[in-house]
Amino acid sequence: MTWIPEVASNLASKVDGVLFVITVLSLIFFLLITAILIIFAVKYRRKRDNEETPYITGSEPLEIIWTVIPSILLIALFVYGFVVYKEMRNPPADAVDITVTGKQWLWTFDYYNGKKTLNELYVEQNIPVRMVMISDDVLHSFFIPGFRVKQDVLPGRYVQLWFTPTKIGTFDIFCAEYCGTGHSVMLGKVNVLSPEAYDIWEHGLPGGQGQAVASLPPAELGEKIYKEKGCNACHSIDGSTLVGPSFKGVFGHTVELADGSKVEADENYIRESILEPQAKIVKGFQPVMPSFKGILSDEEVTAVIAYIKTLK
Amino acid sequence: MAEAGADQSHGHHMDPATEYSSSKLGMWLFLGTEILLFGGLFAAYAIFHARYPEMFFEQHLELNRTMGAINTCVLIFSSLTMAMGVSAIKWGKQKTAATFILITIVCGIIFGVVKYFEYSAKFEHHIYPDTSIFFSLYFLMTGLHMIHVFIGLALLAVIFVLTLKGKFNAKYNTPIELGGLYWHLVDLIWIYLFPLLYLVG
Amino acid sequence: MANHSIAHNVYVPFLEKKGFLSWILTTDHKRIGILYLVSISLFFLIAGFIALLMRFELLTPASDFVDPHTYNVLFTLHGSIMVFFFIVPGLAASFGNFLIPLMIGARDVAFPKLNIASYWIYLLGTAILLFALLKPADTGWTFYTPYSATTNTDVVLLTFGVFVLGFSSILTGLNFIVTTHKMRAPGMTWHRLPLFIWASYATAVLQLLATPVVGITLLLLITERTLGVGFFDPAKGGDPILFQNFFWFYSHPAVYIMIIPAMGVISEIIPVFSRKPIFGYKAIAYSSLGIAFISFLVWAHHMFTSGISETAAMIFSFLTFLVAIPTAIKVFNWTATLYRGSIQLHSAMLYALGFIFLFTIGGLTGVFLGALAADIHLHDTYFVVAHMHYVMIGGTVMGFFGALHFWYPKWFGKMFNETVAKIAWFFVFVGFNVTFFPQFFLGIQGMPRRYASYPAEFESLMALSTYGSWILAFGILIMAVNLISGLISGEKAPENPYNSLSLEWQMPSPPPHENFEEIPQVTDWTYGYGKKKELEV
Repeated sequence: MTWIPEVASNLASKVDGVLFVITVLSLIFFLLITAILIIFAVKYRRKRDNEETPYITGSEPLEIIWTVIPSILLIALFVYGFVVYKEMRNPPADAVDITVTGKQWLWTFDYYNGKKTLNELYVEQNIPVRMVMISDDVLHSFFIPGFRVKQDVLPGRYVQLWFTPTKIGTFDIFCAEYCGTGHSVMLGKVNVLSPEAYDIWEHGLPGGQGQAVASLPPAELGEKIYKEKGCNACHSIDGSTLVGPSFKGVFGHTVELADGSKVEADENYIRESILEPQAKIVKGFQPVMPSFKGILSDEEVTAVIAYIKTLK
Repeated sequence: MAEAGADQSHGHHMDPATEYSSSKLGMWLFLGTEILLFGGLFAAYAIFHARYPEMFFEQHLELNRTMGAINTCVLIFSSLTMAMGVSAIKWGKQKTAATFILITIVCGIIFGVVKYFEYSAKFEHHIYPDTSIFFSLYFLMTGLHMIHVFIGLALLAVIFVLTLKGKFNAKYNTPIELGGLYWHLVDLIWIYLFPLLYLVG
Repeated sequence: MANHSIAHNVYVPFLEKKGFLSWILTTDHKRIGILYLVSISLFFLIAGFIALLMRFELLTPASDFVDPHTYNVLFTLHGSIMVFFFIVPGLAASFGNFLIPLMIGARDVAFPKLNIASYWIYLLGTAILLFALLKPADTGWTFYTPYSATTNTDVVLLTFGVFVLGFSSILTGLNFIVTTHKMRAPGMTWHRLPLFIWASYATAVLQLLATPVVGITLLLLITERTLGVGFFDPAKGGDPILFQNFFWFYSHPAVYIMIIPAMGVISEIIPVFSRKPIFGYKAIAYSSLGIAFISFLVWAHHMFTSGISETAAMIFSFLTFLVAIPTAIKVFNWTATLYRGSIQLHSAMLYALGFIFLFTIGGLTGVFLGALAADIHLHDTYFVVAHMHYVMIGGTVMGFFGALHFWYPKWFGKMFNETVAKIAWFFVFVGFNVTFFPQFFLGIQGMPRRYASYPAEFESLMALSTYGSWILAFGILIMAVNLISGLISGEKAPENPYNSLSLEWQMPSPPPHENFEEIPQVTDWTYGYGKKKELEV
């Protein structure tokens, strides 16, 4: 494990530069203070009682030196930090816009080409991207450690951040602002694709990333979707109650709804709950689930149902 | 608020002069924190007024200026009577002081009654603290002020009784003076609230 | 320094009276100090135990020991209790109460009745906290809106408890300011005051200026939940960022309310165990006031990623760098005090030296967070968690433990076992570093804070941190047992075991009622150690 995530955006190396300079200066000061502390504590340790000590009450030249030198260094660090920050805040004019919506506890991405993904962000290598972000509910914070970018996502107001991904691969997206029970599972991935791969994702080959997993048996595919699409933020598989009802043993059982009516949890009920979550609300829960219409394909919904059936 | 001379001796049982100046310093500091408490609301007022000037203008018209103006006069008058009460006790005139304090209390009660009618009129028109940002500010600022009026009235009532019992005289009257300071603060805050809410909008 | 004015034949130790009422109705500042000391220590242990539970949950990546909601409640309680019930009243209310009158040569604080009333208000706040535990909040101690306005846990009671505590804080601060102004013994000029008094004074000023603002902020949050007011709710035209501005306008100065008294403690311990005058008295005294002043101008450095404007970020980053300067000055002056001293590594001195070491790390990592570009990456990660704990535990709690060991003989008239105290120090020091140093690396790697479960890549460092928490807890346990058994079976403490020159050591241990038979006449400053002929370098 390296001490800092690998550099994966144009901004990352610049932020690392700031971090590096501060680290070096801090180390110098820290080692200096520690060395002096230890040397003094050893050299001047009390050897006998009633040792004579000098009456030294201060030194103006020293006070001035150790006020002025750190001040100069600190102001230099401030300027360096601000210059890089300014660049981080101002996207280039040719950046591609992607709209991000944070919601307890998922990220949805709307692309300029009409595509929409959930928790999985697709960007093209070396193309600057501007993320225009808003929250549906509480504060979230969009954080990609590999890119060294972070921005709180607010309700009722658009905020932005930008980056140019430089490295092909998959990197973590974290929610960095506490947002409730599912905060720690509000995770996403950003997939940086080569221009060719991005082109395929954008235009060709229907199913895109779905194809890669299509060979999995349905229940296993369902489990994968359960984890990747954020179902696990609200629905447990061990019977414990989170924000939503647990998936354990739900299939085939009778469910009591908020209006007091009862319904059997069969394939169609689960399908409806995924695509039109507000249609039937289970008693004791809030109508907060977002719709997965247009996010999960029919095949994927079937896979999730197959997975739920295995949870006896 | 000058600090006590360092060469003078004082202890737990302070000499009267130090006790007096200590109490006064303490009261002034406390009044400072009260102003900071309202300061948060004034800051919110400034921010939202800058953001929604139209809303503030339109909705402030719904406030009853006449009642507000009457209350302003009542409070200013009560501050005057309070000050006269303080100066009366400094001359050693206990009965006069008690009378002025009583007038102050009556003014405070009149203020409360007028405010009660104002609030009821708002509720009748279905205007509540959650109606809009402006009315949130209106209710919170005047409500918090009202709480201070009640606290002030309670303090003055105690002071009134003690004055009648002859506990205060020309030499010892710190509680009356401190109570007076508190009442002036209550008055002062209202003097800011009235134009901000009723007039400027 | 002062004439020894206690007539020993009338000596009545302040601890003599027994019984519950003699405590709860006392107006003696030394007893009120003990009431606070016991209360805050209790809350420290409770919140520390909660921290152990959290660390235990974080031993493995999955959320397996407690469910995520419970974890969120745990960190909310840990933060709220530690901040509002332990560390804000903390040193100021306990040692401040005990020491201020003794150090300035007064028989009590200016308003003894107000003093005990402040403690009752503190108790009222704790009672409200207990009720708030019935459906404990899960907002984090920062109560950020809109989450805190919408969660269905009981935010109102918890914030109301904190609101009530605010009054206690304000009245205590007010009392200390007036005491320092009006009650100093003859000859105790401002520039002869012990630095702990300067620190307490700066703290009291902060309490007065900042606490009303958090009071009104929490009140607004309460009305948001109860009356439907919408100042922080975008749907009603409000602004969630406004809450953060209000909150940090208090809570950043509050950080200094927590740390400045500890700095005062360190300034007392180091000269005594070095037999040297404090180096740069005025620099240390005025830097406390400087910190207090600048601390009101840096609140938005908690909000660099919140969506504030570039200009605001620039100004607040600059001011944040400024606040580092007076802090650095203090560290340099303490270190210089050791020069050519006669250094005795008493347990209190070990805590003081530990303070300098750990606080330096805390301060330097603060520079990372003040630098805008670096903060974007590090904000709301474990780096912040580590930085904050290096300042709050490495700083304040080390200062608190140092004060406990230093003034223990004076306060309770008993001695504790010094060898055991050193062993406890060792475990506390090592345990603390093992717990929190790995968190700097976790933060740099991107591990966000307040995560009930976490990606597997962080597991080894997270586990290391958890092991460290066990060492730290073990050290604190030894310390607590040592100090408590000292109370029961410790030797009687002499009047002045360290040959300190400060006023509080020139009287019996424990001090008598009313402290001084006659108010002393002060003729010199507190730090006249060493041979005077070699004057300033």
